Amino acid sequence: MNSTLASQIVTLKIDGKDCGARGDETILSVARENGIDIPTLCHYDGLTDIGACRICLVEVKGSPKLFAACSTLVTEGMEVSTNSPRLQRYRKTILELLFSERNHVCAVCVSNGHCELQAMAMKLGLTHVRLPYRYPNLKVDATHTRYVQDDNRCILCQRCVRVCAEIEGAHVWDIMGRGIEARAITDLNEPWGASTSCTSCGKCVHVCPTAAIFEKGKSAGEMVKRSFVSELAAKREVYE
Amino acid sequence: MTAEELNELIEQEVEANKLFVHSINVCVAAGCLSSHADQTLDALKKEVKAKGLDKEIKVKGVGCMGLCAAGPLVEIRDASNAAQVMYQGVQGEHAEQVVASAGKQSVQSLVCDTSIPFFAKQVKIVLENCGLIDPERIEEYIVAEGYRALQKCLQELAPTKVVEEVTKSGLRGRGGAGFPTGLKWATVAKAQNKQKYVICNADEGDPGAFMDRSVLESDPHRVLEGMAIAAYATGANRGYIYCRAEYPLAVKRLKNAIKQAERVGILGQGIMGTTFNFTVEVRLGAGAFVCGEETALIHSIEGKRGTPRPRPPFPAQSGLWGCPTLINNVETFANIPPILRKGGAWFASIGTEKSKGTKVFALAGRVSNTGLVEVPMGMKLREIVFSLGGGIPDGKKFKAVQTGGPSGGCIPEQFLDMEVDYDSIAKVGSIMGSGGMIIMDETSCMVDVAKFFMEFCKSESCGKCVPCRVGTSQMYDILCKVTDGTATPEEIAMLEELCDLLKSTSLCGLGMTAPNPVLTTMKYFRNEYDAHIQGKKCPAGVCKIKAAQEVLV
Repeated sequence: MNSTLASQIVTLKIDGKDCGARGDETILSVARENGIDIPTLCHYDGLTDIGACRICLVEVKGSPKLFAACSTLVTEGMEVSTNSPRLQRYRKTILELLFSERNHVCAVCVSNGHCELQAMAMKLGLTHVRLPYRYPNLKVDATHTRYVQDDNRCILCQRCVRVCAEIEGAHVWDIMGRGIEARAITDLNEPWGASTSCTSCGKCVHVCPTAAIFEKGKSAGEMVKRSFVSELAAKREVYE
Repeated sequence: MTAEELNELIEQEVEANKLFVHSINVCVAAGCLSSHADQTLDALKKEVKAKGLDKEIKVKGVGCMGLCAAGPLVEIRDASNAAQVMYQGVQGEHAEQVVASAGKQSVQSLVCDTSIPFFAKQVKIVLENCGLIDPERIEEYIVAEGYRALQKCLQELAPTKVVEEVTKSGLRGRGGAGFPTGLKWATVAKAQNKQKYVICNADEGDPGAFMDRSVLESDPHRVLEGMAIAAYATGANRGYIYCRAEYPLAVKRLKNAIKQAERVGILGQGIMGTTFNFTVEVRLGAGAFVCGEETALIHSIEGKRGTPRPRPPFPAQSGLWGCPTLINNVETFANIPPILRKGGAWFASIGTEKSKGTKVFALAGRVSNTGLVEVPMGMKLREIVFSLGGGIPDGKKFKAVQTGGPSGGCIPEQFLDMEVDYDSIAKVGSIMGSGGMIIMDETSCMVDVAKFFMEFCKSESCGKCVPCRVGTSQMYDILCKVTDGTATPEEIAMLEELCDLLKSTSLCGLGMTAPNPVLTTMKYFRNEYDAHIQGKKCPAGVCKIKAAQEVLV
C-alpha cells in the first residue's frame, strides 16, 4: 500500500461511531475493527478487493454515489452510513438477482448449511425471490481427481481467480465470456483435470463462497470450508 | 525538427502546390468509401492523366466532407483553395465530366448545394481540415497551420501555462461525461510520479456514432498534436491511442501519421530541438464496448481482461501500470491545437455559459441528411434535426431523438426547443454522450427502441458486477415480455425498481447508465408501454403481439 497514506492518521464516523484509522485502510476494515458489520460476498481477507458483488455498498455523506466499502479508502472527516433502508433494499435485490441467475438448490447442495450465499440471504431476511429464475443449463466439470467445479452454483465472485493467482501463484482460474455469459474457467477453458498449471492445492475450494468448487466424495451439507488464506497472506506480508 | 525546418517544409509544399491551377478533392473517409469513392478517385486520376492535365489539376483523396448520405462527394477548388463546386454521388463514369468542369461550367446534374443549412450553419473547429487536406500526408497538415500550436507551446509556454490556457477555454471532455478538461490536465500535471502517460480513447462504440472515426480518418495529425501538447503540459513521455479494431482505415491512417511525424521529428526524442520526448503507440480494442470506460480501457492496454475497477483512485492518480494517466477522447484532443493557437478566450467565446466550443454530432436514423455536423454548443435541437438534418424523410412525423448511445435517453418532441449542451441534455434524462444522434419517426416503437439498447447493454456488460450482469438480463427479459404483450403491471414495477438499482449500485458507467433508454421512454412514452400491456397493441406496428390464446397456453 501507499506509504504516504499509511503514515496518515484519519478520523471518521461510521454509523455515528467515531473511528480512528490509517489512511491506507478501507471503510470495510475500519468498520469491522470497530465492531460494525458490513455484509460482503466477493471480499475475502487476504485477497485484493475488486468491488464486484456490490453487497458492501455504503453511503458517504456529501456524495450522491454509493461506495464499495471493500475498495474505498477512508478519508479525514468521512461520515459513512452502512445500513440505511435504501442500502438494505439494494442488498436484498442484488441477492435476488444472484439467486435468479443460476441454479441454487440448497436442499441437495454439498454446502448446505455452510454456504455464504445462503447465510447472507438468511442474514438479510430474504424470504423469496421476486424475479423469474433463469434456470441455465451449465456444465459440471468433474475431471479433476479430487475436486469438482459446478458452474450452476457460481456467483462469479472471482475469489478462486484471485487466490490462485495471488496466493498460490498458479493462475489456473480466470473468467471467460461477457455479461450473463461470463464463466469461471480453468486454463484456456480446458477440463480442470487436464490442467497442467493446477497444483491441486485446493485453495480455490476453500475460498469458494458457495459450492461452485467442492471436494469429491461429499454428500449434501458435508462440504465445510477451512480458512487459511488470510493467515498465509499475513505471513507473507511479514516476510516481504 | 526545428522551427526553421518546419517553415522550410511549408515553403516547399506551397511552392509545389503553386503549379496546380485546380485541385479535385475526393472524400475517402469511411462513408464515401462505402459508396466506392476509391474507384471515383482512381477514375479521376486516370482521366486527368489521359487528358494530359496532371500538371494543372491535382487529384487527391481527402477526409470527410460531412454529408455522408450524398457520397461519394467530390469538391473542385482553385489555386487559392477557394471552393468552385461540390459534387455528390460521383462515380467513375462521371470522371470525364467532372474533370472537364474544372474552372468552367459546373455539371448541374451532380451539383451538391453547399448553401443549404447543413453546410452553412456549421462552425468548424474540430473538423476544420476535414475535406480539405490529404490525411495521409503530414505536409498538408503542416501547411494548414498544423503543429504550430505544439511549436508555440514548446517554445513560448511553460507547461503550467498550457494547462491554464486549456482551463480558460472551458473545454469539457467530449467522450460523454463532460468532465472539465483543464481540471483533469492539472491533476495529472500535479502528480509527483516520474512516469506518466497520455491515452487517447478512440474506442467509439455507441451505435450510430462515427465522429471520432471521421476525425481519425480525415485528420489524424490533429489528434497526435493534441496528445503531444497534453504530454508536454502534464509531463508525460509516452502515449497510447486505444482504437477499436473495427476502424481499420482509421488505424492505418493513424499508424501512417505516427510514422510520418516520427520521420520529421515531431514525435520521438528531443522534439523541435527541445528536451521534450514523446512517443505514441496504437493499441487495438478487440470489440468490447465496455473498453471505452477508462479503467477497462487501461486494463486492456495492460493486456488484462477489459473490465472496469472501482474509482477512486482515478486514472489521473493511478492509471496505466499504476502511473498517473491522462485519458481524453479523440474529439477532446482534436480541440486542443486550435485552443492553443487562437487562445482559450477565443474558444470560450463560442457556445453556452457552461458548455464551451462546438460539438460534432453524427446524425443517423430517420433524417434526410445523415452525416456529420459540427455546431456551436447551445444550438436548438430543432435546428439540428430539422434545419441541418433536413427533417424527416417521406413526410413522416418526428417522434424522438436518441442521444448518447446506449447510455443516453430518448428526447421527445416537447424538448425540441431545448439548447443542446451538457447540462440541459442531462436535465431531461439523457446525456450528451460522444455525439451520436439517432432520429426516430412515428414508425419506431419506443418500447422496441428501449429493448434494442437493453439488449446491447446486456451483451456488452462485462459481467463483473452483479447488478449489471444479471440486472440487464432480467430487464431485457421483461422488455421482451412487454413487446410480446405478455407483461404484467407487477413486472413493470420490477423494471422500474431494477432501473433504480442499476443506476445506484453498478460498478461502472455502463451499468449506471444502462437504464437511461428505459427510464426516458417510460417517462415520455408511457402511453406506448400501456398500449402494449393493457391494449395488447403496438401503436407503431413494430412489435409482434402474441394472440390472447397463445398467452394462455
